Amino acid sequence: MTEVRTEVLVVGGGPAGLSAAAALAPACRVLVLDREHQAGGIPRHSDHTGYGVRDLRTVTTGPKYARRLVDAALASGAEVRTEATVTGWAGERTVEVTTPQGRLTVTADAVVLATGARERPRTARLVAGDRPDGVLSTGLLQNLVHLQHRSPGTRAVVVGSELVSWSAVLTLREAGCTTVLMTTERAHGESYAALRIPASTGLRVPVATRTRVVRVVGRDRVEGVDVEDLATGRRRRVPCDTVVFTGDWIPDHELARLGGVDLDPATKGPRVDARLRTSAPGVFAIGNLVHPVDTADVAALDGRHVADAVRRWFDGGSAAVPAPGVDLVADAPLTWVAPSVVRPGDGVPARGRLLLWTDERRLVARVSVSQDGRELARRSLPWPAVPGRVLRVPASVLHGVRADAGPVRIRLA
Amino acid sequence: MTAPLEVDVAVVGGGIVGCAVARELAGHGVSVALIEAKGDVGDATSKANTAILHTGFDALPGSLESRLVRRGYELLSAYADDAGVPVERVGALLVAWTDEELAALPKLLTKARDNGYEHGEIVDSDDVYRRVPALGPGALGGLSIPDESIVCSWTAALAYATEAVHRGAHLLLRHRVSAVEVGDERTVLRTDRGDVSARWVVNAAGLGADHLDRMLGHDRFTVVPRRGELIVFDKLARPLAPCIVLPVPSSRGKGVLISPTVYGNVMLGPTAEDLDDRSDTSTSEAGLASLLEKGRALMPVLLDEEVTTTYAGLRAATEHSDYVVDLDAAQRYLLLGGIRSTGLTASMALAEHAVELLRSAGEPLTARTDLPPTPRMPNVGEAFPRPYADDALIAADPDYGRVVCFCERVTRGEVRDAFASTIPPTDVDGLRRRTRALMGRCQGFYCGAEVTRLLDEHVRTTS
Repeated sequence: MTEVRTEVLVVGGGPAGLSAAAALAPACRVLVLDREHQAGGIPRHSDHTGYGVRDLRTVTTGPKYARRLVDAALASGAEVRTEATVTGWAGERTVEVTTPQGRLTVTADAVVLATGARERPRTARLVAGDRPDGVLSTGLLQNLVHLQHRSPGTRAVVVGSELVSWSAVLTLREAGCTTVLMTTERAHGESYAALRIPASTGLRVPVATRTRVVRVVGRDRVEGVDVEDLATGRRRRVPCDTVVFTGDWIPDHELARLGGVDLDPATKGPRVDARLRTSAPGVFAIGNLVHPVDTADVAALDGRHVADAVRRWFDGGSAAVPAPGVDLVADAPLTWVAPSVVRPGDGVPARGRLLLWTDERRLVARVSVSQDGRELARRSLPWPAVPGRVLRVPASVLHGVRADAGPVRIRLA
Repeated sequence: MTAPLEVDVAVVGGGIVGCAVARELAGHGVSVALIEAKGDVGDATSKANTAILHTGFDALPGSLESRLVRRGYELLSAYADDAGVPVERVGALLVAWTDEELAALPKLLTKARDNGYEHGEIVDSDDVYRRVPALGPGALGGLSIPDESIVCSWTAALAYATEAVHRGAHLLLRHRVSAVEVGDERTVLRTDRGDVSARWVVNAAGLGADHLDRMLGHDRFTVVPRRGELIVFDKLARPLAPCIVLPVPSSRGKGVLISPTVYGNVMLGPTAEDLDDRSDTSTSEAGLASLLEKGRALMPVLLDEEVTTTYAGLRAATEHSDYVVDLDAAQRYLLLGGIRSTGLTASMALAEHAVELLRSAGEPLTARTDLPPTPRMPNVGEAFPRPYADDALIAADPDYGRVVCFCERVTRGEVRDAFASTIPPTDVDGLRRRTRALMGRCQGFYCGAEVTRLLDEHVRTTS
């Protein structure tokens, strides 16, 4: 067992973790641990364009973006160690790691958790039926197609009609697999036209709204799915050989939970404040672990944002251990908000924005913030609230929050 | 046309019982063929049970099942130590939720003693909640069975089969018996991949035992597949279930329980539903919904945890309330049928019993003194050291430091070992049962592509 000491340990070498490393490494000793063969996170196998807009002011493909972020972290002086799997904690800000070179204990002055989020699999969604080959998530699909260069199948049903679902449709098409149907339990799907993903030919996929997949059928290989029209209760079988369950994100919070870090029950990721501090001193959380899920560039900007908080932590003093904050709670149909700890004096969150997730579409989105029964702010947003995409709200809506007046509630007005 | 394989004993059915019987017979100086229709051992009922090593406290006193479960518990506990089959003596707590159930506890304690189990203890509701703080409200009292254990049924079946092969048994996978011709001295079993000629036939065919029995001209029982569906919760829920939590049993079976698993998860189930289709291991909306409802009452906070997976297994239930064990000396045929819910626990005792029965029918069976050592199986149990955490092992072989399945911490070395083992996997499910790869919370989101690639590579290079 080798003991390693460092100043900043970043767990997770995706856009958030790598950007945090790049921001901190010139001044600190930074070690990034990633369990995959190569760092870069999800963008490694997300082979379409649209990456790098907000952080690099460019538009590039996922794999190229991933490589750029790795290079930037290395150029800053960070150590990026791959095939390094953090398996648990061995003390305060000390983790145990498995690597091909042996076991390590890494002790750090500050720990940044950047472990991302995954899609809930079919099993976690309690979809009954057989357990054949051909049931995928978008992550698995992308991995198969872009990293393993394998074909997923010929006829697919995509469960979900969000941004990520269309990404799955495009990946399927690239791999020679036709999407015969997209399903969503909601009243509206996100239309392909609303997305600005360039495509060589028009993508026409039927979208069944208010439709739930209730059964997977097929012994060795998928033969079809049974879908139910939620309005009429009628069911039908859709023949296919591949089913991709998209969206329905859950943060990879195992390490956070094992470390006793408070979780936000709405996101199921660590509860953080505007500075991305968790409830554990010297432990920070960034990226999709905290807001499941936003785009990669927003995760990257979290990484830059947390650098300030880490430096303040190193500078010590009373600013290092924060006063109690108040909870920020999202009311239905909003499902979560991040950050969810508000503390006057904390400064603004990354990009000056609160990030929210909605279960219902509102073409004209208006939010209302209240505390102790009093409305503090009401704001119309210049963009719609759409399921499957983060709703951004200027953090200035929190102006006037008092530390002693109880939870702050945010809702769609 | 190849000549039939000639052996002394043909065991039909490579489930937990058939594998145990093959292992035991192969240790007694007879040649054995273990004939299995599927592509792997332990690939039917034996892989989809509740994986509990039963003390037998609640069996029917005086029944063959009661005797063999008791004996099997001792034998498998000892074997598990030798072979490295994960076992954890977590104990069980029968919880009474109504006055009638509470009043039934003393009778259950007496029944336990009648079954030869002496460590049962009635406890009050305070004690119940002290032991399982996460239990839902309304528990009135309980019966503690401290020796009830959890075990890995996959490793057990593989260990038996591996040892059988090391002892010289012929393992015939993907061989489905279609006809049986009983001769004066020998019996020919016709399969889709060649014939087997044997002096004795042992029927351990589980869900197909009645079909095979009828091929030999009998008509004494019918297998009804009784499906049990289960929900497996995330490992992070493990602290909620320090022991097996059981309901007071009914005539339908052991009821819905909550149990830790040796892999570190928590399971909720099983249901009990008779089906027509013996190959239907699908889960159902109604089944899963009923489990959630029962779970909500039993342990509400459990339902706040993530579900890792769901599965269903089929018990080979019959119209009989005990095992259907019968030796027909004229036909040189031994039936081990109707094993229902306790095959895993009773497996080694059934094997021992089979040897006794064959011996009593005149078959010369003497324990060999030249046996190879018991194979040490790779550990897949969370309570025992695993390669990813073994610094010395990694130093000797870096592949044990390359984690391939992150959720379950399965390393490249373990996958490699599975491919190189005596009975290697031929599909993803087989690899999963040997290593735990792909059974984690992400269900392949991160590792699925890589793991299937490794399997395909192995299949390609060995075919």
